[in-house]
Amino acid sequence: MQLTNRSKVVTKPEMTFVERLYLPAIVSGLAITIKHLFKKKATLRYPEVTREFAPVYRGMHVLKRDEAGRENCTACGLCAVSCPAEAITMDAAERQKGEEHLYREEKYAAKYEINMLRCIYCGLCEEACPKDAIYLTDRLVPSEFTRGEFVYGKDILVEKIDDRVDISKRKKSYTI
Amino acid sequence: MAKVTIDGRVIEVPDGITILQAARMIGPEVAPPTMCYHSKLKTSGGYCRTCLVEVTKGSEIDPRPMPKLVASCRTNVMDGMEVGNLSSPKVIEARKSVVEFLLLNHPLDCPICDQAGECHLQDLSYEHGSSKTRTDFERRTFEKISIGEKIQLHMTRCILCYRCVKVAEQITDGRVHGVINRGDHSEISTYIEQAIDNDFSGNMIDVCPVGALTDKTFRFKSRVWFTKPVLAHRNCEKCSGNVNLWFKGDEVLRVTGRKDQWGEVEEFICNTCRYDKKATSDWTVEGPSHVNRHSVISANHYEVFTKPTEFKLNDVKPLAIQEGDKS
Repeated sequence: MQLTNRSKVVTKPEMTFVERLYLPAIVSGLAITIKHLFKKKATLRYPEVTREFAPVYRGMHVLKRDEAGRENCTACGLCAVSCPAEAITMDAAERQKGEEHLYREEKYAAKYEINMLRCIYCGLCEEACPKDAIYLTDRLVPSEFTRGEFVYGKDILVEKIDDRVDISKRKKSYTI
Repeated sequence: MAKVTIDGRVIEVPDGITILQAARMIGPEVAPPTMCYHSKLKTSGGYCRTCLVEVTKGSEIDPRPMPKLVASCRTNVMDGMEVGNLSSPKVIEARKSVVEFLLLNHPLDCPICDQAGECHLQDLSYEHGSSKTRTDFERRTFEKISIGEKIQLHMTRCILCYRCVKVAEQITDGRVHGVINRGDHSEISTYIEQAIDNDFSGNMIDVCPVGALTDKTFRFKSRVWFTKPVLAHRNCEKCSGNVNLWFKGDEVLRVTGRKDQWGEVEEFICNTCRYDKKATSDWTVEGPSHVNRHSVISANHYEVFTKPTEFKLNDVKPLAIQEGDKS
């Protein structure tokens, strides 16, 4: 039974002599393959060569320190309230006497967690931060085996004093 | 009765009330902002100059305009008075300067301050201020002072509105703090850091329009916008027991008095309710409190739909006027 009138009758015409040889088709196919050998490669040899990221690339976050090595973050919560994925949570604590070299302001984030599985890398936290503390970098978030390992705490997010993360490409040109 | 025109809106008001109260009777769109005036505190107002308005016509009998901008919280209405608030470019200009003056010594440490999110100075400078400062001088700095065990005084943030002093005078018996020194040097202080242990002393936290007086039991616990305000009450022999609870999860982080449309405390609560009753079982929860949709606190805050008639713009309680009239 014909349901539509769009059906076509398939015909299988007899091949010509040249077509029956198959050689011209093989040669033209090989020509395409050989042409690609001389083209610029689309892939990189990854571990040895890494791809250059665009300056606007948004990857793993970093919590910055200032020149003296004190943490910039004051746990003001603006990143968490601006986060559309609600990936950021924090607990604040008061800086005690003798901790002035660790934290820049009188309040600091005792706990600061970003759930990398929730994060959508939109960069709104960076935009909201009044203290120049959080930046998205060109580093990639490595794969893990369990979900819990994707909840990054301060031990991963805060940059090491002797191993600073360069964010000069993303730094805002204006200050308030 | 006096007929007043504010920003082109006419209203009949009882004699002897101030321009500010008349403007508030019309609604929030013409009411001037206030920092030091508080409807429940007698003789408050007249310090901060944020409520300046232009009187373009004095009264029906004497139609001359007033020569200078006047503080609307301290100027009484006259029959036939015409007032310009937001419609007057002079007022807008003056208010911008007033905000600049208020912020001269303000540290702008909002990321640290516990008041951020419900701070009147934040709202005021956001709406009326400029985004830049012109001052080159050092801001005044003070050490943090503890007023008693439960109240933290950050004198750097104070704008000298005198509200807390009025609370101490009028609500508590035996005032032990006040303003010392004069002019640029004036500061709120207790006499030789004497602790304040009156039952109603905690109300100075609620009346403080900035973060100068903050609750030590809430200090750095959470940002205001991560907590959920809930109306609740309990039987208290000292006060009315009607409060606002601020929840984070199941935990009561903070207890404050209920605030009206203008951010002024409706009923003063006692220190027992404020500091010592921090379990949900202490309270009878009535439901989520009303949060302005434009407030940062309204983020993730859901409230029961109330009939539109319950939040009419002109629905201002006349209570404020009678209270101020008594003095």
